[in-house]
This record gives sequence, structure tokens and C-alpha cells, in this order.
Amino acid sequence: MKWVRNSVTLRSLQMIAFGMLVSTSLVAWKAMVCFSGSNSPVVVVLTGSMEPGFKRGDILFLSMSEDPIRAGEIIVFNIDGRKIPIVHRVVEVHERRNTGVVDALTKGDNNPTNDRPLYASGQHWLHQHHILGRAVGFLPYVGWTTIILTEKPIIKYILIGALGLLVVFSTG
Amino acid sequence: MHSFGYRLNALLTFSVTILAIICAFASYSDNLNLPSPSAQIQVLNVNWFQKQPNGDDVVSLTMNISANLESMFTWNTKQDYLKVFVFVAAEYETPLNALNQVSLWDGIIPSKEQAKFWIHTTNKYYFTDQGSNLRGKEFNLTLHWHVMPKTGKMFADKIVMSGYRLPEEYR
Repeated sequence: MKWVRNSVTLRSLQMIAFGMLVSTSLVAWKAMVCFSGSNSPVVVVLTGSMEPGFKRGDILFLSMSEDPIRAGEIIVFNIDGRKIPIVHRVVEVHERRNTGVVDALTKGDNNPTNDRPLYASGQHWLHQHHILGRAVGFLPYVGWTTIILTEKPIIKYILIGALGLLVVFSTG
Repeated sequence: MHSFGYRLNALLTFSVTILAIICAFASYSDNLNLPSPSAQIQVLNVNWFQKQPNGDDVVSLTMNISANLESMFTWNTKQDYLKVFVFVAAEYETPLNALNQVSLWDGIIPSKEQAKFWIHTTNKYYFTDQGSNLRGKEFNLTLHWHVMPKTGKMFADKIVMSGYRLPEEYR
């Protein structure tokens, strides 16, 4: 950039470029949320309970629609009191005639028994409000970066430190 | 402009973009596949039929399940372990519930060679009701399959077989 004469302009340009990168990523993420109908359009598979179909580190794309939950669907759901959502398959569905409320029971493909022991105490069924979305597509292995960054936070700090050093020592 | 860093960055960006495009094509190619699956389920015996202490009915069945899902397998379906997840569900209605689906059996078809199968089995999972509505109940048996691609959109379908009926009395 030959026309940039002073470091103040350069620094401002760098900050604008960085700001644009952040806002573009945010817009892309929000677009995904809007398009998928789910607040969590992408999740990482954390356990082996759905093997051999989904392995730890795979990424799932979610979608949520008004369609009622049906047996066989792979859903991502939250249990009250647990932070991390679970990705399992619906094995039982009971839909009420008058209200349309659906009771659902789930099970990991690789687990011997259904998820009832995992549900909150006294809870026998999952309902619509527990469910974040249905898995509609997936990419293998790509989620490992997230798992590593979460489970070994030291790597996150090393990366941020290295990036920071790079910014400071680059003369442009 | 020609430093190693710039070149590596350009190369990586280009590779990832191409990889994403190839993945998208792979996923799309599954849409061109026109499958023609078939299935048949025979209920050989109602082994027992009881009312649990909590008031819910529970049934044990022995079934012959046969299916031919060879046409589901495309070049994009996973080659190693799982490709198709198959399960059989009983579907019926009750005064309280417009629809009940209870999974009775599931299995994994790891390769095209095993996509044409026949098994003789009792139900892997309990066939229970919410309540005791199962005496004399007519029900459908549905064979569902979920196809896991190497990458991309998963798809699923089912075959519905009707005409099954539970005994009028507990046994």
C-alpha cells in the first residue's frame, strides 16, 4: 500500500480490516441462525454415544421447524440443569390428540438403554421446549478444533498470545 | 507480496474453498440417486402381553424382518462402519394420543453387501404404551432407514406395513 505514509493511518486500516472481519463473521453466523430456524445452527459432537454414525469431533448442522417430532429423528436437546446439549435419536413418540403436545423419548445409537436416566429427576419425556433442533447434515472431523480449544484452554491462550505478538511485531 | 506467509495463506484458502465445493457436490449427487427399497415384517408370535404395575401395557413380539435396501447405497455413503441406520417402529393411536411410535428394533447396515437382510428376533426395546390401550389394538409396523453420507445432508425414509393386531386378552 504505497499511498499509506504514516503508521497512524496504517494502524487505523488494520483495525478497520479486523473490525470488518469480526462483523462479517457475526453477520454470517446470524444468517445461519435465521436460515436454520434454530438458536444453535451448528453443534459439535462431544461423545461417542451416537457411533458409528457420528463420532466425537464431527459437526452437525441443525434445523428447527414447526413440524412435530417423529421417531427416528436425530435431535439436539437440553436437560434442565445441564449445560451441554445432547445429540441423540428419538425412539418413542406420543402425540396428544387435542393439544398436539408431543412426549418424546431419546436414546443414543451406541447406548444400550434409553436416555430416561439422564433426564431431570421426575422427568420421563422430552418436550418441544427442550429441543434445539434436528440434525440435517454433518461434516466429519471439523469440530476437533473446538473440542481442543475447550478442553485444553492452554492452547487457546498460546494461540491468542502468538496472534498478539504477530500484530505487535509486524511492521506492515 | 511474495513472502512464504502470503503464499501459504493463499494456498490454504484456495484448498479449503475447493474442498468445500467438492463436499457440496458430493452431497448433491445423493439427490440424483433414485432408490427402490422393499421390506416385509411378519409377526410370528406374541410372547407375552402384560400390564405393568404403573398401569402401562407392555408386549413382547417375535418378528421376521426382511428388507432390501441395496439401492440406498451411493458412492457418497460411508464405507467403514455405519452407512444406514434401520429401525422398526410400531405405530398406533389411542383415545388420548393421535399418534404413538415405539421403536422395537434397530440395526446398522455397514455395507451394501449386508443391505439385503433377513432377521428373526424378539423386540430389542420394550413395546409399551402410555396407559393400557393395547388390547385388541391394530397397529402398523414401519421400517425406517437413515442414511449417513460421508459428508453433507442426511436423508431418511420409511415403509409402512399395516394390518397387525394385538390379542384381545393379556397373556
